[in-house]
Amino acid sequence: MTRPVPVSVAVITNETVTPTERELFTGFLRVALCGFGGVLYWVRRVAVEERRWLGEAEFVDVMSLCQFMPGPNTVNLAMVLGLRFHGVRGALAAFAGLMVAPFVIVLCLGVLYTSYGELPLVQSVLRGIGAVAAGMMLAMGLRMALVARIRNVLCVVAIVAFSAVALLRLPLLAVLLLLAPAGVALAWWWRRGEAA
Amino acid sequence: MTEVLSQLALDFAGLSLLAVGGAPTVLPEIQRNVVEVHGWMSASQFADLYAIAQASPGPNILVVCLIGWKVAGLAGALTATLALLVPSSILTCVVAGAWDRFRDARWRATVQLGVAPLTVGLMLSSGYLLTHAADDTLAAYVLTAVTVLVIMKTRINPLWLIAAGALIGLTGLV
Repeated sequence: MTRPVPVSVAVITNETVTPTERELFTGFLRVALCGFGGVLYWVRRVAVEERRWLGEAEFVDVMSLCQFMPGPNTVNLAMVLGLRFHGVRGALAAFAGLMVAPFVIVLCLGVLYTSYGELPLVQSVLRGIGAVAAGMMLAMGLRMALVARIRNVLCVVAIVAFSAVALLRLPLLAVLLLLAPAGVALAWWWRRGEAA
Repeated sequence: MTEVLSQLALDFAGLSLLAVGGAPTVLPEIQRNVVEVHGWMSASQFADLYAIAQASPGPNILVVCLIGWKVAGLAGALTATLALLVPSSILTCVVAGAWDRFRDARWRATVQLGVAPLTVGLMLSSGYLLTHAADDTLAAYVLTAVTVLVIMKTRINPLWLIAAGALIGLTGLV
C-alpha cells in the first residue's frame, strides 16, 4: 500500500515541485479567484506555500524583476513563472489561468452596470466601494514608500512625480523621460556617498 | 468602430511599456486619456468602473477591460486588455534571462533604488485621483482615510473592506 508523502515532510526537506502546464493554469486560476484587491499576496501563497513551485528566496528575486519591469506585476509574475517551467506554452497557460475567469466575471458585472448603473441603490453601493478602493490604492503607495527605502534625497523624486502627474496632470511619457534618469542618477550619487 | 479600436490598441500598448512598477502607475494617464483627451466617459463613471474592477476577483488592471468594453463592446474589451498586457509581458519575459545574470550587479540595485520613488509617486497619484473622483462628501473621505489606516495597521483580507464599503454605501452614509 502506497501513501502520499505528507505535506510536512516536503516542507521540511525544502523540496520544490515542477508544475505541469495544467497545474500552472489551475494554480493561477486559484490566484485569480481568491485575489480580491491584492492578487500578489495570493501568488506567493499558492506558488511558494501551497504548491512549492519555488523557494522563498527565488520568489523574491523573480518578484523584484516583475515589480521593476513595466506592466501589471501579477501578470508579469505569471508569465515569468510559466516561462521558467514550460517555455512559451507554460507562460500562456499561466496567463490564461490568471486572466480568463476574471475577464468574464468583470464583463458580466459591466453588463449589469450598464443596465442598472443609474439606479440610486447601485450608485450608493459603488460610492462606498469606490471610497474603499481609493483608500486601498493610497495604502499600497504608502506601504511601498516604507518598504522601498524612500528616504532622504529620493523623496524629491516621489514628490515631483506626484505633483506632475496628480496635480499638474502632465503626460506620463514626459514625466518618465525626465524623472527616471534623474531618479537613477540621484540613487547612484547617494549610494556613492554612502559607500565612501 | 475600427478607428476606436485602433485608438484603444495604440493608447494602451504605449502605456503598457510606460507602466514602471506596475499597472497602478498608469492609472492617472489612462484617466487623463479616457476622460480628458477622448471624452469617452466622465470622471465619476471612470471611478464607478474602477470600483467594479476592484470588487471583482483578479488583477485590478481589469478596469481596462471595462473601459474597452464601455467604449467599443467585447472587441474593445479584448483589444484594450491585450494591448495593455502583451507588450510588457513580452518585454519582461525577454529580460527575465538577463535579470538572473545580473543578480549581484551593483547597477541593478542602483536602478531599482532610483526607479522606486517614481513608482511610489505614481501610485500615490492614482490614489489621489481616485479619491477625488469617488469621494464628494466628508463621510466618503473619512471612509477612504479609515481604509488606509486599516490596511497599513492590519493584515485583513481586502475583500472584507470592499464588502464593508458596499454595506456603508448601501446605508447611504457616504
